[in-house]
Amino acid sequence: MNLTLRIWRQTGPEDKGRMVTYPVPDVSPDMSFLEMLDVLNERLILDGEEPVAFDHDCREGICGACSLMINGEAHGPQRGTTACQLHMRQFSDGETIDIEPWRARAFPVVKDLVVNRNAFDKIIAAGGYVTAPTGSAPEAHSTPVAKEDADAAFSAAACIGCGACVAACPNGSGMLFTAAKVTQLSLLPQGQPERYTRVIGMVDAHDEAGFGGCTNIGECSSACPKGIPLNTIGRLNRDYLKATTKRAGTPGS
Amino acid sequence: MDLYTEGNPIADTRAPDGPVETRWDRHRFDMKLVNPANRRKLTVIVVGTGLAGGSAAATLGEQGYHVKSYCYQDSPRRAHSIAAQGGINAAKNYRNDGDSVHRLFYDTVKGGDFRSRESNVHRLAEVSVNIIDQCVAQGVPFAREYGGLLDTRSFGGAQVQRTFYARGQTGQQLLLGAYQALERQIGLGNVEMNARHEMLELVVVDGRARGIVVRDMVTGEISTEMADAVVLASGGYGNVFYLSTNAKGCNVTASWRAHRKGAYFANPCYTQIHPTCIPVSGDHQSKLTLMSESLRNDGRVWVPKVKGDDRSPRDIPEDERDYYLERIYPSFGNLVPRDIASRAAKNVCDEGRGVGPTGLGVYLDFADAIGRLGRKAIEAKYGNLFEMYERITGEDPYEVPMRIYPAVHYTMGGLWVDYDLQSTIPGLFVIGEANFSDHGANRLGASALMQGLADGYFVLPSTLANYLAANPMEKVEASHPEAVAARTEVEERLRRLLAINGDRTVDSFHRELGQIMWEHCGMERSEAGLRKAIDEIRALREQFWQRARVPGDGEGLNQSLEKAGRVADFFELAELMCIDALHREESCGGHFRAEHQTPDGEAERDDDRFAYVAAWEYAADAGTPVLHKEDLVFEYVHPSQRSYK
Repeated sequence: MNLTLRIWRQTGPEDKGRMVTYPVPDVSPDMSFLEMLDVLNERLILDGEEPVAFDHDCREGICGACSLMINGEAHGPQRGTTACQLHMRQFSDGETIDIEPWRARAFPVVKDLVVNRNAFDKIIAAGGYVTAPTGSAPEAHSTPVAKEDADAAFSAAACIGCGACVAACPNGSGMLFTAAKVTQLSLLPQGQPERYTRVIGMVDAHDEAGFGGCTNIGECSSACPKGIPLNTIGRLNRDYLKATTKRAGTPGS
Repeated sequence: MDLYTEGNPIADTRAPDGPVETRWDRHRFDMKLVNPANRRKLTVIVVGTGLAGGSAAATLGEQGYHVKSYCYQDSPRRAHSIAAQGGINAAKNYRNDGDSVHRLFYDTVKGGDFRSRESNVHRLAEVSVNIIDQCVAQGVPFAREYGGLLDTRSFGGAQVQRTFYARGQTGQQLLLGAYQALERQIGLGNVEMNARHEMLELVVVDGRARGIVVRDMVTGEISTEMADAVVLASGGYGNVFYLSTNAKGCNVTASWRAHRKGAYFANPCYTQIHPTCIPVSGDHQSKLTLMSESLRNDGRVWVPKVKGDDRSPRDIPEDERDYYLERIYPSFGNLVPRDIASRAAKNVCDEGRGVGPTGLGVYLDFADAIGRLGRKAIEAKYGNLFEMYERITGEDPYEVPMRIYPAVHYTMGGLWVDYDLQSTIPGLFVIGEANFSDHGANRLGASALMQGLADGYFVLPSTLANYLAANPMEKVEASHPEAVAARTEVEERLRRLLAINGDRTVDSFHRELGQIMWEHCGMERSEAGLRKAIDEIRALREQFWQRARVPGDGEGLNQSLEKAGRVADFFELAELMCIDALHREESCGGHFRAEHQTPDGEAERDDDRFAYVAAWEYAADAGTPVLHKEDLVFEYVHPSQRSYK
């Protein structure tokens, strides 16, 4: 099939950027979306042009590196699929496809389709963990975990940190990402001791990084390639509320 | 042979002697410690943030060292350990099915086809139980039974159920556990994280590893980072084949640069070809996707009995199918180790019985399991893998059998390390897939995660302390002549790559190199093929340096330049792999020489001549690599022909 791509080109953070049109002939329906971009880049290099920069690594939908806005949708039209797992059989001959980077205040563009998602790491560093220094762990079977809690924790833990939720949100909020980790750890007995300091730390880091607030629109969850449910945010809100009342009740605060 | 010379054997591996069960304990007691107050004065560089590097950096940070961590990805959470699907082995014996530390040790030495070091493997089996405890404490959501206890499943090469898992995303969950521990240390200021930085050279001062030269992949800035010790956790080199299950960015550069500076490279020809991957669909293919080995618990592998049978699989009656693994290996059936399953698939395809458009595929069929357990149960176990398969191929594996074919997955070879995980350069430690240590000539399923975390959480932190305590050193500045020379080398090399300005893309060279390696140094190797490959690699490498086109400059983000440097190093590694494969005139594990097989086509080891680790020294002056042998001694697991029949 023959396609027309309109791709966001931006030489660096200071450049204003613009859409550039590239025809791409002879695309096989068995190609992945990124393999189609590889073909374009090979041609650009031989034509003496700069290839299009984009983030990608595992190409099997798990590392979370790929981050393309395709026709205005994070990771493109197929539900539950990262851009690297999207295949060209989802498109039709003669189509024009717009490709842009994630757009959010907290994710500045580095070059072309590459953005800086360091803000996510900062949210994790602010509490997205269980403090368990190496060697200090008790025997694994000393604390049974109800299967349904373990399964629910797993579903929240499936987040790949790609940032599609932020890109899809009209507010540029990172609340689904934050809530996924809060939910995972608050469902497990191991996460209880830090449950309330965790949620405050992570939400504060989220706000400081320049993410917008959550207004319950739900675009995040429908764009999420791993199907992280929206009700994780409800869970985060409950924990946050409890945490703030606890904090208010602490003697001396 | 004209291709290499032989040097002195390796005299000391620092492995303790005495009863194997107490070696690690005794060694740990004998090692020196660093006083907590002195740790923060010591700087340790850790390159790579996968299971090994992430867990090591987090643990060293917790212990109070000043840690500098580097990864090429935009976040440490994206290292390719994240993609490991199936599980992690541990000798917990929760199933009461006869497992023990000794059995895990035994299975791993045997699975490695008697080409690994007993002391190391025993330590790995001992530490395996601590890893599960550690990960559970971090909140890793392992699969659980209804009673709330941990679930386990079977994996290839074992007859006990010792594999812990988190659906088909075990690597992801374990890595996120390590990543979160690492982020905690970053937040506390104990670890300085440098994402999107690539190590391009090792700095050796007075014979010791004292730093690295890195390129900031966003700004293009080259900097020299000094330390008291350097830890490489930079993964394997499967991408030398171009097509593999590795992430696109995985590369050998950190290891290769260290090799050129004096670190021996051990057993480079031991590569693991994983039997269950989605077959190649066309020339555009950029990587191959694994379907977890766990699928072989319930899927049955078959091909048609007769050549050229192109009926749809559902129209082929039961008695016209050849469930060849069950037929040839009745006691292990579909769960034979990876090397054996891969070669069997190759054999049936070579006979013309392969399936799918290219004839390079075999069926992995779940019809029986769905009939027996119901679709729901199969969905619960493998749902995400089935979805992934359907997205890639457009076929529904609940309805038609999967088509699978072997692909390069893991490299058992790597930088040579002693029992302390230290390379032949003092102060340079190598952990995880980047070292050669524990898997011999074939890695068993669910053992990579175990080894990465064993090295990073438990082994390295002890052995590194011993090195630092025993070797007080002067601080060295980045202005030291050796450091300046290393940096100049990097800059010149980048300039040279950018100046070629030829007429072929770097990817086109990489693809061609991969084809040479797959054909001649892949699932089956022969003397004639390997000699041909060496000639072809040399000719292609020369072309690369004359005709590659690397657009742009070194001043900012330039993904073509990153690739070019990595491919240049793959060219040099590829030649060493072929030399290693050529010199090893036996078949063992993942290394199968056509000339050395039993009458029924199984690998024929030659323990009299080859029961050693081949550690290669880079010799720029001599022009050919120098072979150093480390003899392997088996006191507990006596070498026998591996039988899974």
